[in-house]
Amino acid sequence: MTAIAVRKSHPVDFIIVSAIWGLALVASIIEIVRSPDPLMVIQAWTFAACIVSAGTWYFSYYARGASALQQSPYENDIVKAGVVASMFWGIAGMLVGLIIALQLAFPNLFYFPGLPFTNFGRLRPLHTSAVIFAFGGNVLIATSFYVVQRTCRARLFGGALSWLVFWGYNTFIVLAGTGYLLGVTQGREYAEPEWYADIWLTIVWVSYLIVFLGTVWKRKEPHIYVANWFYLAFITTVAMLHLVNNLTMPVSLLQTKSYSAFSGVQDALTQWWYGHNAVGFFLSAGFLALMYYFIPKRVNRPIYSYRLSIVHFWTLIFIYIWAGPHHLLYTALPDWAQTLGMTFSILLWMPSWGGMINGLMTLSGAWDKLRTDPVLRMLVVSVAFYGMATFEGPVMSIKTVNALSHYTNWTIGHVHSGALGWVGYVSFGALYCLVPWLWKKERLYSNALVEWHFWISTLGIVLYITSLWVAGIMQGLMWRAYNDYGFLEYSFVESVQAMHPYYIIRAIGGAMYLGGALIMSYNLWRTVYGDVPSVTEAPAAALAVEGAR
Amino acid sequence: MKHERIERNSIILLIGILIVVAIGGAVEIAPLFWVKSTVEQVAGMRPYTPLELKGRDIYIREGCYVCHSQMIRSLRDEVERYGHYSLAAESMFDHPFQWGSERTGPDLARVGGKYSDEWQRAHLADPRAVVPESIMPPYRFLENTALDYRDIAEELQANHTVGVPYDAADIANAKRDLETQANPEHEAVEALQKRYPKAQARDFDGHPKDITEADALIAYLQMLGTLVDFKTYQADAPENRR
Repeated sequence: MTAIAVRKSHPVDFIIVSAIWGLALVASIIEIVRSPDPLMVIQAWTFAACIVSAGTWYFSYYARGASALQQSPYENDIVKAGVVASMFWGIAGMLVGLIIALQLAFPNLFYFPGLPFTNFGRLRPLHTSAVIFAFGGNVLIATSFYVVQRTCRARLFGGALSWLVFWGYNTFIVLAGTGYLLGVTQGREYAEPEWYADIWLTIVWVSYLIVFLGTVWKRKEPHIYVANWFYLAFITTVAMLHLVNNLTMPVSLLQTKSYSAFSGVQDALTQWWYGHNAVGFFLSAGFLALMYYFIPKRVNRPIYSYRLSIVHFWTLIFIYIWAGPHHLLYTALPDWAQTLGMTFSILLWMPSWGGMINGLMTLSGAWDKLRTDPVLRMLVVSVAFYGMATFEGPVMSIKTVNALSHYTNWTIGHVHSGALGWVGYVSFGALYCLVPWLWKKERLYSNALVEWHFWISTLGIVLYITSLWVAGIMQGLMWRAYNDYGFLEYSFVESVQAMHPYYIIRAIGGAMYLGGALIMSYNLWRTVYGDVPSVTEAPAAALAVEGAR
Repeated sequence: MKHERIERNSIILLIGILIVVAIGGAVEIAPLFWVKSTVEQVAGMRPYTPLELKGRDIYIREGCYVCHSQMIRSLRDEVERYGHYSLAAESMFDHPFQWGSERTGPDLARVGGKYSDEWQRAHLADPRAVVPESIMPPYRFLENTALDYRDIAEELQANHTVGVPYDAADIANAKRDLETQANPEHEAVEALQKRYPKAQARDFDGHPKDITEADALIAYLQMLGTLVDFKTYQADAPENRR
């Protein structure tokens, strides 16, 4: 089979993708030539460079790899690319996290007055975006492309369009990340990318929805598997959140700067409606899809309760959307909205734990595998962390608790118990499963290294979250402490000083977590390129077995 | 309806998801735009002067909001530490809001006037020279970087488009107002203060000849929380109850 034959079989997607790439290139050239804003010129060069390299890669890939494409009933190369991108961004994002943790612990050593782009304020969005959107996003895209094909028993829809999703999304990441270093930001947490990056992401995201939904349409299974409900909810809801929260007015089409369409209290609630549901739909619903596929697959057991899956799904997505105001308790947000936010946050405990129970109980009758299979242990511990974080969250949403915890490091600790324990571990577990499956290897290079990864990073998480619990509660108590004369006991800077030992412990915890991820990359590298024996049976037959749920 | 129907039809599933996830946001966010009591009636609020707006752009650019809040909660210790709790009205011209979520450093909602310009300058250039325990990054480059305000009129125009009440005269005089505020010898201070009551016009950064990024940022910091007249504000008045 030749490249031409493949092209003939998908002419429409080739034309659409080439047109999008061409238009994007023209737009960046116009910005380079016309823009008076030096930051916009740098961003446009970056964008153009990404587009040209992605386009070059993509055309040579089709010219070169058309025959390989036809060997498998499923599109695997894009999942492989997603696995590599996930590991790359994961390590990059954790490294930036470690650097900014060290900046807080040792400001004299890790700040450089001559290099403004290394300041905490610019690196922190780089860290959050790199781990959430670059690492998490690539994991979600890669696993969703893998899972939707197997559970629908259909090849990925859209052909070239799926590669636009992969390259386009990673181009967005590069554009956003380099923008933060230059000081290009909307100043909204987790929605920092400026208007033009947001427009590009919209195009990519619509393509993602088309590829995903198109594959579901093509399915040979009568039912849509539960993991796909979660993926679909994640894709559509993130689209809604992204569009509403990023409504801005650019100063001009040749400038990076824009001003948000809303202001003050309305802007605050819109942002936290977005921000909290980035957690709800990106980091929960999306990764719950991983739980619903990889845990049953790994233990070779069906999901514990089908009925619980249905209840879990609909209650989770309905209730999550309401929880945003718990980020704004005791602020200038009207009381009725605060009360609604708090109430729904507490309600959210139930569907979250319903999902946790469904995941954990899937191991019924196979608990012994936890002893022998460290990958499964990682997946299961991720669900345990999910349960812990989704219990802690509702507690912190209670107004009286929030009065103490808000603005403190407790929040950072809470986020990381979810991010490191839940999102990180379920992703690592899935990637450990995927690499031997995709590269047709009998097993991972070393189970012992998975054990090392597991224990080093688990210790790291424990150090991280316990130190920030102590730090956060101490901060909150110091701020509100009164002395015998009825005056505030501590100045603000005394609370900063008190954080020093905990910031050091946190940085150590983070370094251990990063260390675990480095061990993992080495292990995966050796699995692919080392001497692990390949699977001998015919790939098509193996995949057909895999497709059964 | 049996759930099976939803599981067998991706379009029904998609529409179901969209309806279910749209409800919460619609109920919570939409009323904020039309319920009048959401934003209090207060005297003193005005849009930012062009120099303050540029300062705010720098505040956003440097990511100050990741460590500093601008939202004093209605709790006794916060009010005693930082001042009157923040009103919704005080951020009514903030596109975007900068309430923040974290206090790695202190709240800045009412930092205006609490420190001298010299203190702000020294602190920005080298925070630990002024506060040894501080963990804030150094921002010395701000006073060495000339402020780029070529597009200040367009910036005011963009704010006007999203609802900030800058009028035609404000936009036409934007550049002149900016230079006036940073240069005390300029003759147009009166016109500036007529357009922007309580605007503080002086050399903020200690370099009288240049208008630098430090001028803009300090001008912004020095006006934070100073606009509302709390002598006339009545928290218990029916129109101000939330």
